[in-house]
Amino acid sequence: MKEISSNKKRMQINKIIIHLLLILGAIITIIPFVWMILTSFKTLGESTIIPPTIFPKQMQWENYKEAMRTLPYGKFYFNTIVYTMLTTIGQIVFCSMAGYAFARIDFKGKNFIFVLILSVLMVPGQIFLIPQFMIMKKLGLLNSITALVLPGLFSAYGTFLMRQFYMGIPKELEEAARLDGCNHFTIFWKIMTPLVKPGIAALAITACLYCWNSLMWPLIVNTSIDKMTLSAGLSTLSGQHGTNFPVAMAGTVLAVWPMIVLFAIFQKHFVEGMASTGSKS
Amino acid sequence: MKANTDIKNNQNNKALKASGKRKLNDLFWGYLLILPTVLGLAVFYIAAFFQNLYYSFTNLGAFGKYKWVGMENYINVFSDPKVPQALINTVKFTVISVPISIIISLFIATLLNSKIKGLSLYRTLYFLPAVTMPAAIAMMWKWLYNGQYGLLNQLLAKVGIEGQAWIADPKFAMGALIVVGIWSSLGMKIIYFLAGLQGIPKAYYEAATIDGAGPIRQFFSITLPSLTPTIFFVMITSLIGALQMFDLIFLMISKTSLAVDSTMSIVYLFYKYAFEFQEKGYASAISIVLFMIILVITAIQLKLQKKWVNY
Repeated sequence: MKEISSNKKRMQINKIIIHLLLILGAIITIIPFVWMILTSFKTLGESTIIPPTIFPKQMQWENYKEAMRTLPYGKFYFNTIVYTMLTTIGQIVFCSMAGYAFARIDFKGKNFIFVLILSVLMVPGQIFLIPQFMIMKKLGLLNSITALVLPGLFSAYGTFLMRQFYMGIPKELEEAARLDGCNHFTIFWKIMTPLVKPGIAALAITACLYCWNSLMWPLIVNTSIDKMTLSAGLSTLSGQHGTNFPVAMAGTVLAVWPMIVLFAIFQKHFVEGMASTGSKS
Repeated sequence: MKANTDIKNNQNNKALKASGKRKLNDLFWGYLLILPTVLGLAVFYIAAFFQNLYYSFTNLGAFGKYKWVGMENYINVFSDPKVPQALINTVKFTVISVPISIIISLFIATLLNSKIKGLSLYRTLYFLPAVTMPAAIAMMWKWLYNGQYGLLNQLLAKVGIEGQAWIADPKFAMGALIVVGIWSSLGMKIIYFLAGLQGIPKAYYEAATIDGAGPIRQFFSITLPSLTPTIFFVMITSLIGALQMFDLIFLMISKTSLAVDSTMSIVYLFYKYAFEFQEKGYASAISIVLFMIILVITAIQLKLQKKWVNY
């Protein structure tokens, strides 16, 4: 009896230690976010007081207005949202189609083409940048949303991911549909694709995060301020607001809140989607 | 008798015809469905790869005109003192940040996996940096690191440590970047490890408990060996990612800073030559060298995995 109760006590102490460690880690993780938000509501004077105040004396919404005056956030939002949505939709459509074909149809040359696609995954992205830039330049597409979107519509990674998901569907289902006289398109679109929704969710999340956060490609192809994404636009801010920290922090909040809100809403999907990309690869 | 074989032949023919038709049908749909992806990847990636290789033997510059210069760019890569410096910086960043972030995230994932309350809240908080754009992460940390008013120095002052101009000082800049690199990469790794941990059969632990193995012994005898495929996956992807690091340095170290030389990574050097100095041919050669390095490291990893990864 005594042993059991002491065991129970030990378990409880263990749990408390685990929680303490996890809380400490969580605090370190979110301090930069919290400090960014708090600073964004302070006056310039208050932000540089030593020792610092934690909560702003008075909420300075003015900082957000000032941030929006210095950079065209409306255009940044528009460009980023269009870029993200078009790329994500394109990848979902094209990668599902190709993923289904590679997983479910036998045709001559399939394996060779698939290996070729996988080899793209082995190559670091910088290798493609200069030629992609030259193509956009030749087509006169620099400083356009088309240039932002075009190369990202096609994804070797997404194709591979979707193939893995389509492979996981039992063969009987396909045979039954075939006997009923369904053609490949019907099987693909009506029967299989509804079954790989977790895969589509995972791909959509990866594509969304990638576009929203990507820096180098937007920086290279769209140099005029009207065509910049949030990420590229924010990178110009560090030069302009070297000293006005509250306004710089307000600008940063403006750039990150949509993705954080989206994440808060779809928390479970994000985490499960990302976890499945790991296990499927 | 004869009629019978005729019927059989007829059926065989029909079956053959049907299977031939099915093959043709498969061929049609197969190619139709892969067409957009194959076309897009062929133009923007596969052809681009060879185009880049070709550019690396030319003097492509700002105006798009170029001529063949043979091995000149590659000879320059090996004589340019900026390249070994950038390589050393990149390797430093990689060999410090990758193991540390793997150990920390594995530790946190193990804690999260111990049947505690509030799992999804913790998971959300730890994943937050993973959904935040590097441009914003850089802004936040620049403010924290600020030499005069940054929170970090204020906190250090409280415990009597003298603050530094962390990202402006060549002595500390790389360390400061590594901290941000680790901080921002933990979320994704924790998610991967947590998924791996949840895949380990509970029965292993029950048996070990009956045999009298404590939690630490269980971690090293069950958890770690069962998790080697996940560790391998995380290691390969984060090695490749770290070797290509660009965003944080580009965003956090100002171009005129004294710390530029001690933090310049190989991809940043590539970017500088390609899009700031407009020496695209030379930049292409740098990218090919980086590709070779990543290829060799990945090949070594794949070879070594047989020794320690349990499938």
